[in-house]
Amino acid sequence: MGKIELTKVRKSFGEVDVIPGIDLVIEDGEFVVFVGPSGCGKSTLLRLIAGLEDTTSGTIEIDGKDATALPPAKRGLAMVFQSYALYPHMTVRKNIAFPLKMAGMEAAEQAKRIERAASVLNLTAYLDRRPGQLSGGQRQRVAIGRAIVREPAAFLFDEPLSNLDAALRVGMRQEISELHQSLKTTMIYVTHDQVEAMTMADKIVVLNAGRIEQVGAPLELYHTPKNIFVAGFIGSPRMNLITGNEAAKHNAHTIGIRPEHITVGDGPWEGVVGLSEHLGSDSFIKVDVAGLGTLNVRGTGELNVHHGDRIKLAPAGKIHRFDANGLAI
Amino acid sequence: MSTHSSRLAARLMVAPSVALLLVWMIVPLAMTLYYSFRLYRLISPERAGWTGFTNYVWFFQSPDFWLAMLNTLALVGGVLVITVVLGILIALLIDQPVKGQGVLRILVIAPFFVMPPVAASILENLFMHPQNGLFAAVSMGLGTQPILFLQDYPMWSVIGIVSWEWLPFSTLILLTALQSLSSEQLEAAEMDGAGAFSRFRYIILPHATRAITVVILIQTIFLLGIFGEIYTTTQGGPGSASTTLPYLIFKQAIVAKDIGRAAAGGIIAVILANIVAYFLMRGIGRHLDA
Amino acid sequence: MARAQSPRRTALMTLAAWSVALIIFFPVLWMILTSFKTEVSAVAMPPEFLSADWTLDNYVEVWARSDYPRFFWNSVVISVGSTLLGLVIAVPAAWAMAFVPGKKTKDLLMWMLSTKMMPAVAVMIPLYLLFLKLGLIDTKIGLVIALMLMNLPIIIWMLYTYFKEIPAEILEAARMDGAGLWNEIVHVLTPMALPGIASTMLLNVILAWNEAFWTIILTTTKAAPLSAFIASFSAPQGLFYAKLSAASAMAIMPILILGWFSQKQLVRGLTFGAVK
Repeated sequence: MGKIELTKVRKSFGEVDVIPGIDLVIEDGEFVVFVGPSGCGKSTLLRLIAGLEDTTSGTIEIDGKDATALPPAKRGLAMVFQSYALYPHMTVRKNIAFPLKMAGMEAAEQAKRIERAASVLNLTAYLDRRPGQLSGGQRQRVAIGRAIVREPAAFLFDEPLSNLDAALRVGMRQEISELHQSLKTTMIYVTHDQVEAMTMADKIVVLNAGRIEQVGAPLELYHTPKNIFVAGFIGSPRMNLITGNEAAKHNAHTIGIRPEHITVGDGPWEGVVGLSEHLGSDSFIKVDVAGLGTLNVRGTGELNVHHGDRIKLAPAGKIHRFDANGLAI
Repeated sequence: MSTHSSRLAARLMVAPSVALLLVWMIVPLAMTLYYSFRLYRLISPERAGWTGFTNYVWFFQSPDFWLAMLNTLALVGGVLVITVVLGILIALLIDQPVKGQGVLRILVIAPFFVMPPVAASILENLFMHPQNGLFAAVSMGLGTQPILFLQDYPMWSVIGIVSWEWLPFSTLILLTALQSLSSEQLEAAEMDGAGAFSRFRYIILPHATRAITVVILIQTIFLLGIFGEIYTTTQGGPGSASTTLPYLIFKQAIVAKDIGRAAAGGIIAVILANIVAYFLMRGIGRHLDA
Repeated sequence: MARAQSPRRTALMTLAAWSVALIIFFPVLWMILTSFKTEVSAVAMPPEFLSADWTLDNYVEVWARSDYPRFFWNSVVISVGSTLLGLVIAVPAAWAMAFVPGKKTKDLLMWMLSTKMMPAVAVMIPLYLLFLKLGLIDTKIGLVIALMLMNLPIIIWMLYTYFKEIPAEILEAARMDGAGLWNEIVHVLTPMALPGIASTMLLNVILAWNEAFWTIILTTTKAAPLSAFIASFSAPQGLFYAKLSAASAMAIMPILILGWFSQKQLVRGLTFGAVK
């Protein structure tokens, strides 16, 4: 019901090729996350799928039908905007009813769908309020409600959580994931936050400068990144990348090792502790190792090391190897 | 959001405005240009014919023309100076913590909403009239002769009337600009050791410069076309003493009924306005919200 | 500045500010006072204030003139009519330029602005002759058209700045919700833009009411609005001072009142959005 296929989709603004060419298949029911740094084209890609921008060339198929030339209203997709884009002069009820009204649905059917959406999203008490009277999280839910009632082929989320504070973000993240579990509709979700990507996605699409760097399940990207960009983007703190002699020892131009895969104690790498951050549950330290540079190390629990200490480190996990072009070997 | 369909719709929606403004501008302008090269007087329409630059030459050789240019310059320049200088001072004054600021603003703004004929008429008759006006009463009270404003100082009288009308505009704009100045900036300056005058010179004045520029540019647009006040009071006189360029053209058209000449005057006015507009666009274009 | 200042300084500032304000307002005040005096009282030297004879006769007599109510009505029709006509043409244009801007949009706006700078005298003759030929001289409709064209740049500019403040995402959401252009304008854009449209109307009604060039040139007797009337009859043979004051007071009162509510719109509208 919600399969979306992009074939050689290209988008340029004037002379600038924002998206040089993308091929992508999104299966029905998948939760796909487009992730990447600012300006990588993820929002543009979403808007192309939505129909809010025209493609320069290429085709977009929704459920087997060519939707490239269709206006947004006819694609059967619903979008949740970053700023929620609620109609400020309408009540919550009217906001949610609007797409149904535009579709010419009967009032009775409209009411039924609105009630259902409101109860799923805990909005029943707010139906007669205006957006201006709601909190950020509530507005977020109204925006989702407006999308749900249309029973679309797919939901499109454009960085929906970036305007919420940290605590609220975690809660809403889980709510959206639960929504996906219950509705089982395709969801395409754009974010720059790789934590959101890792926790919510069935499939992650990592974008960089308009190109797809890698597509895969979250843990697939974590364990086997195809290139340095993906390796550095997924995982927090960033993977340590080491060039030079140490890399040559492993037959590679660059090697990478994640901070959580380094142990403190005995090992081949000796260095001096620089910055150390102790959170109680984890410790993050920066160690200056001769010949390798500064390594980020993560330890569970409390690590009893402090600024200035001389310590030894050992790799205790996968060492990723990359060639001179940045590709994984 | 620009898709093919919305771009086409957009062009259609702008079309009527563009078409109307084009017609409003181009067609009459072209006709004026045409008339300016012709001999055409309404009293003897049968003698119409091509006359080349005769009409233009008349203007450049006419002392009335140069006087009108001077008067126009005096009007625009005089009003600008008066309204901007006084405007800043009054805006600064009202911006202070004074009681009843709301009512103060209403009082100061009122003259702008008085239509030009009324403003002119009231100031002429109730104030400047040599027998019955308030200024005459003041003179008599002081034992001096009442000043014959419209007779002896016609251009200054017009400048005075127009300044009174436009002072509220500049005050309001400058007051708005002053009040948009964040108090935090001034507080930071105070912590940096700046006294009241320094704060005015280095913080308030630069911030207000943009508004002052806008005031000058906008007022110039409107001041170049001042008409109603002159028509109501002096009718450009005595003689041509208070005739500005627009009024001169009006006199040629309506009083002398010389269409050809008036058209030439109109073209001269357009050229001058374009020169002014060029500098206006350079200045104001930067500041506008486009 | 939120700190307290000495009560003496406040008092001094307040005195200065009020003095200046009253001086500026004084001609209006004096006019209103004079309108309630008898003619004799109005021209008395030295001017009478508390000792004057007060009367309402002036208002009654001016209004009872056969033509004054007609001039008043003309002003209403012409200012409201030209503004409404202008809005009908300007709203779509401003919408298009605010939400579907092209490369030329900024130039287009600047050009529209520049048409306002063209001296009216340059087009006075052909327009007068054209109006004469079309029989539009001294007609309300003729004046409505002329004033609408005069104010069209300002109306478009003001609407443009108000429309720009509407988040584009809301209109995109409406598109995604299935609203076509018509529905988008009716259900989403207009309700959100209503305050801006009202402000634009307010300012332009004021500008049209006070217009004193075309209203004088293009009318004689039948369609003359108040501006033309006062301009032609201000020579004191037609009206004595008290009646002149009454006629003037009635002519400006509606606009004074409207104007007091429209200060913000004035700033935005007449500075073409540069100062807000």
